[in-house]
Amino acid sequence: MHWLLAALGIQIAGGLVALVAGRSARLATLAGAVSSVVGCGMGLAGLAAIYWGDSASTFHVAWNVPFGSLSLDVDPLSAFFSLPVLVLSPLAAIYASGYLVPFRDRKSLGGLWFSYNLLTAGMLTVTLARNGVLFLVAWEVMSLAAFFLITFDDERQEVRDAGRTFLIATHLSTAALLVMFVLLGNNSASLDFVDFAAGPGAAPASLVFLLAVLGFGTKAGLMPLGAWLPEAYPAAPSFVSAVMSGAMSKLGIYGLLRIVLVVSDIQPWWGWLLVALGAISAVLGILAALAQNDLKRLLAYSSIENLGIITMGVGLAVVGFATDSFTLATLGFAGALFHILNHAMIKGLLFLGAGAIAQSAGTRQLDLLGGLLKRMPWTGAAFVIGAVAIAGLPPLNAFASEFLMYSASLGSEGLLGPSPTSIVALAVIGSLALAGGLAAFCFAKAIGIALLGEPRTPQASDAREPAGLMILPLILLAAGCAAFALFSPLVVNKLMPVVAQLTHQSAEATAILAAGALGSLAWVAQMSCGLVVIIGGLAVARKLLLAGREVTTSGTWGCGYARPTPRIQYTASSFTQPAVEFFGVLVRSRRQLKAPTGLFPRWGSLSTANTDMSKDLIYRPMFDSIGLALSKLRWLQHGRIHLYILYVGCTILALVIWYASVELAPDNARRVEAISQTTPDL
Amino acid sequence: MLFAEAAGPHYFVNLTLVLIMLINLALLGSSRLSVCVRLSAAQGILLSVLPLEMPEHDFWSVFVVAAIILLLKGFVFPALLVRTLRTAQVRDEVVPIVSYAASLVVGVAVLCLGFWISSRLTLPHPATSPLVLPLALSTTLVGLFLIVSRKTALMQVIGYLVLENGIYIFGLSLVQDEPFLVEMGILLDIFVAVFVMGIAIFHINREFDHIDVGQLTSLKD
Amino acid sequence: MHGEGSIPLVLTLVLAPFFLGVINRTKAIVGGRTGQPLLQVYFDLFKLLGKGAVYSRTTTWVFRAGPIVGLAAVLLVATLVPFGPFRALVSFDGDLILLAYLLGLGRMSTVLAALDTGSPFEGMGASREVMFSALAEPALLLGLAALARATHVLSLTEMHRLLDASGWANEGLAISLVAVALVVVFLAENSRIPVDDPNTHLELTMVHEVMVLDHGGPDFAYILYGAALKLWILGSLVTGLVVPAGTTVAVVELGVALASMLGLAILVGLIESSMARLRMIRVPQLLVGAVALSSLALVLEFGGL
Repeated sequence: MHWLLAALGIQIAGGLVALVAGRSARLATLAGAVSSVVGCGMGLAGLAAIYWGDSASTFHVAWNVPFGSLSLDVDPLSAFFSLPVLVLSPLAAIYASGYLVPFRDRKSLGGLWFSYNLLTAGMLTVTLARNGVLFLVAWEVMSLAAFFLITFDDERQEVRDAGRTFLIATHLSTAALLVMFVLLGNNSASLDFVDFAAGPGAAPASLVFLLAVLGFGTKAGLMPLGAWLPEAYPAAPSFVSAVMSGAMSKLGIYGLLRIVLVVSDIQPWWGWLLVALGAISAVLGILAALAQNDLKRLLAYSSIENLGIITMGVGLAVVGFATDSFTLATLGFAGALFHILNHAMIKGLLFLGAGAIAQSAGTRQLDLLGGLLKRMPWTGAAFVIGAVAIAGLPPLNAFASEFLMYSASLGSEGLLGPSPTSIVALAVIGSLALAGGLAAFCFAKAIGIALLGEPRTPQASDAREPAGLMILPLILLAAGCAAFALFSPLVVNKLMPVVAQLTHQSAEATAILAAGALGSLAWVAQMSCGLVVIIGGLAVARKLLLAGREVTTSGTWGCGYARPTPRIQYTASSFTQPAVEFFGVLVRSRRQLKAPTGLFPRWGSLSTANTDMSKDLIYRPMFDSIGLALSKLRWLQHGRIHLYILYVGCTILALVIWYASVELAPDNARRVEAISQTTPDL
Repeated sequence: MLFAEAAGPHYFVNLTLVLIMLINLALLGSSRLSVCVRLSAAQGILLSVLPLEMPEHDFWSVFVVAAIILLLKGFVFPALLVRTLRTAQVRDEVVPIVSYAASLVVGVAVLCLGFWISSRLTLPHPATSPLVLPLALSTTLVGLFLIVSRKTALMQVIGYLVLENGIYIFGLSLVQDEPFLVEMGILLDIFVAVFVMGIAIFHINREFDHIDVGQLTSLKD
Repeated sequence: MHGEGSIPLVLTLVLAPFFLGVINRTKAIVGGRTGQPLLQVYFDLFKLLGKGAVYSRTTTWVFRAGPIVGLAAVLLVATLVPFGPFRALVSFDGDLILLAYLLGLGRMSTVLAALDTGSPFEGMGASREVMFSALAEPALLLGLAALARATHVLSLTEMHRLLDASGWANEGLAISLVAVALVVVFLAENSRIPVDDPNTHLELTMVHEVMVLDHGGPDFAYILYGAALKLWILGSLVTGLVVPAGTTVAVVELGVALASMLGLAILVGLIESSMARLRMIRVPQLLVGAVALSSLALVLEFGGL
């Protein structure tokens, strides 16, 4: 535990040094990046120490805040969710030290690094916190740090808008969580997680769960709650998007799982709700991704899709847990957890790659890119690996985790079992299949338009490989994707303690429940190895066949067209047009066509714009109506300072009166007394 | 495997019902009016066979109903519709408001809905086969959907026929001994309805040169 | 792994091009021509393997990896599919998922190779291919899920074993719906009429053929062989389903399986001779129809409970 505390301390100290050294970009970068790498390294060491049993896993100190205590604990679930934080943050920091070079002259980097290290520390504390107040403080620190990171490039209007959207969404989330913790602590003396107990005065578990879905689902970016996500990820610097998508959004899932652990009386319909939300997010997320022409927006929507897939896994598991179908629960949780790791790596890789591409070519618009694989071979190759992986194709890692989810939903407690669970399982299978096919479509477009073919603009053709510091994390993450695929049974075995904790089963029972699916997964891993071998064999065979024969190069066969230009290539919009047309209602893509007319047409134009469905249909009407309702209170705003002071005074007076009346009420007086006895600091 | 029990004794009832459902899907996915007319004729023929396959109905009492249904729904109505199609000389197009693919999805969704509703309903007599009630409900809903989601007036007639087919199946499952007179009355009603609609379509077309019901709004003032 | 499992693999590897030959010969006969020899595809493959290669200047390693990954994926799929009395070389619970996703990998590699050339025509073909397969994939997986639900097993080999005559008697309705859905998937995945016309001469209307315009020599041989294998594999999935092997005599069963493959090839030839391809915008509808049939089968299985 001391290692982990030291890790937090180093991060924050490094951030402060960077803040103070803000004038010198070089020094700030050095302090920020080094403290991030060292801090996260120590954090990993701390986890390892606890794993091998060499170190205490809990830490508890009283805290001078009502209901609060500095209570930290490392259990398997916390350790698991701190892994993406501790691995992705330093890699992104290394990348950032190269990425931020062009910003050196026009921006102060001190604040950026301070926020970045605070974000990491906040995320780590969220996973470790065992007290409601501490959790909320860490949650808020994390969210505010993320806000300052998103708005780093604040000269651009869309970045400021994205920051505002993020701030509103994240505070809606915090509000829901605040109410949730108050309800949970209703029956106990403190907000320590261990004290949360069911009892006669306890709030209904389902209400707590719904609030958790609202609060944590917003952070995870589930549709229709996550309208902030496709705005915020593209606006943030790419290394921040990578950490936010890879690590921070997963903490939404962490929160859900933690609440599922804390509350008792789990209902099957919780799982149905999660599966429904997950299926909607997966399918609509990937459809929206398909329609995007901005590389980072595309990746942002793909994050929604993958969080949806993870939520479906969690939902299946919750259904299984609530109906005593423990194979389903085990495999559902295992699939979801494995997919969390895989998605963290892949999406980290893709966002970092997209950042390198955008910086090198000067734009994120797919239709202005092209031919980058030739110009940026390392970045491009890593991006291709990531894109094939995220499309869920073998032999890479996301296929392994999706396979586990398929195994869960096909198995004897899923599709082959009794309804209604079998119908839920069928929904999962159908959504996974549809989302899988569309993901392949989407990333074929991302790779095909951005990296392959001929460059469409001069900037794209001038793009060059970025600095080595930026390539190194990409290569490490790509290698991780391959390794996790080929050794998937091993990795899943290591996840079993977390699964056992979530299903309240012993390690042996979990191993038995998962044995069948792990056997299949071993086959999948072997087949993946076989695929690599066959590919190698076929490549060698072709080399031998072509040896000594004539191998020439020429232009692409243009079907007889004599003067091809890069502009006649298929574009991102034209590539996805069939799907956008077909799924028209769900994609909400608007096109404006000015068709060429007359015998000698001069020009024509076609533009497409994609709007976010949840933003258009839910958020905007909601805020518009709230704004309309609140505009009636506008008379309160005078701009005169003494009136505002009067308001503050009135509020304090009202609170004092309320408190006095509460204390006078006999049964409440006893309660306040009880609380002040248990927390002496009050 | 449990389906085996359902499939065993009522194999032909189930087969007929599934074929009826497939015709529903085909109707939702077809773009040609003439194909839709033929499909509705096929559905009528299948419908006439249905009571004969159900052991609980007395064979001879339903035989007459079956024969009349076969005659009307299998041959007379389709012939009327084909004649209307020919005399009105309209383009052989369905003109959907909801796309064909989405209609197919609606078809499957409606079937699931049918199964769900019928799992909640308790009937005085248990239905012949577990498929009867869901199929009846979903056929009715498909008919309704066809009426509201297609622009051509002829499709409204076909949708109406499909809707009535659903009600008929529902009646088969609900009433142990189909009251002969009620069924005859309904059949007479449809006969008149189809006849009137055929004439109406012919006249609409002659007045306006199209049978797009969406355009009828221009008649208001 | 099972020793007998190598038999389906060898049969696939050897006979797949012949299957394509039968289709072509059927079309020729119906069209009143003598047609190419039945073994023409083998000759083509041999000829292509002996050629040099021309690569476009635009292309990268992705273009060269395309045919290799595509063929490797299909070769791996060939180890998963049982044939007649013989079990597949590899079978485990959930291998049907691997089958669908390996086919996806093969497609992805072809699509990326096509986009790598920068040719607008190949982009067009690639776009259509991924669109159609994005809809064919749910149809395939839901169909296989319906079969899993009907037989209560999760591997293709076990399913194949249980789908005998008694399986048909019990679950005939659902299975026949799945069979129709799988035939549609079979035609779509293999770019046959009515989804795509393998013999078309206009690049604007091609799907699969236009994507491989720039490949030549051994690369094209890989692609051609991979396509033949895929046709055989999906075909044997369909025939294994439709023609239940009721006997216990292996030789008879093998004969039945081979004869049904021949029948399927002739059927495909007849379909291609007698109908035109669908308009592009009607193809997704056909595939949604296949999804609907698969779901209908599942609904029937659930409703039968």
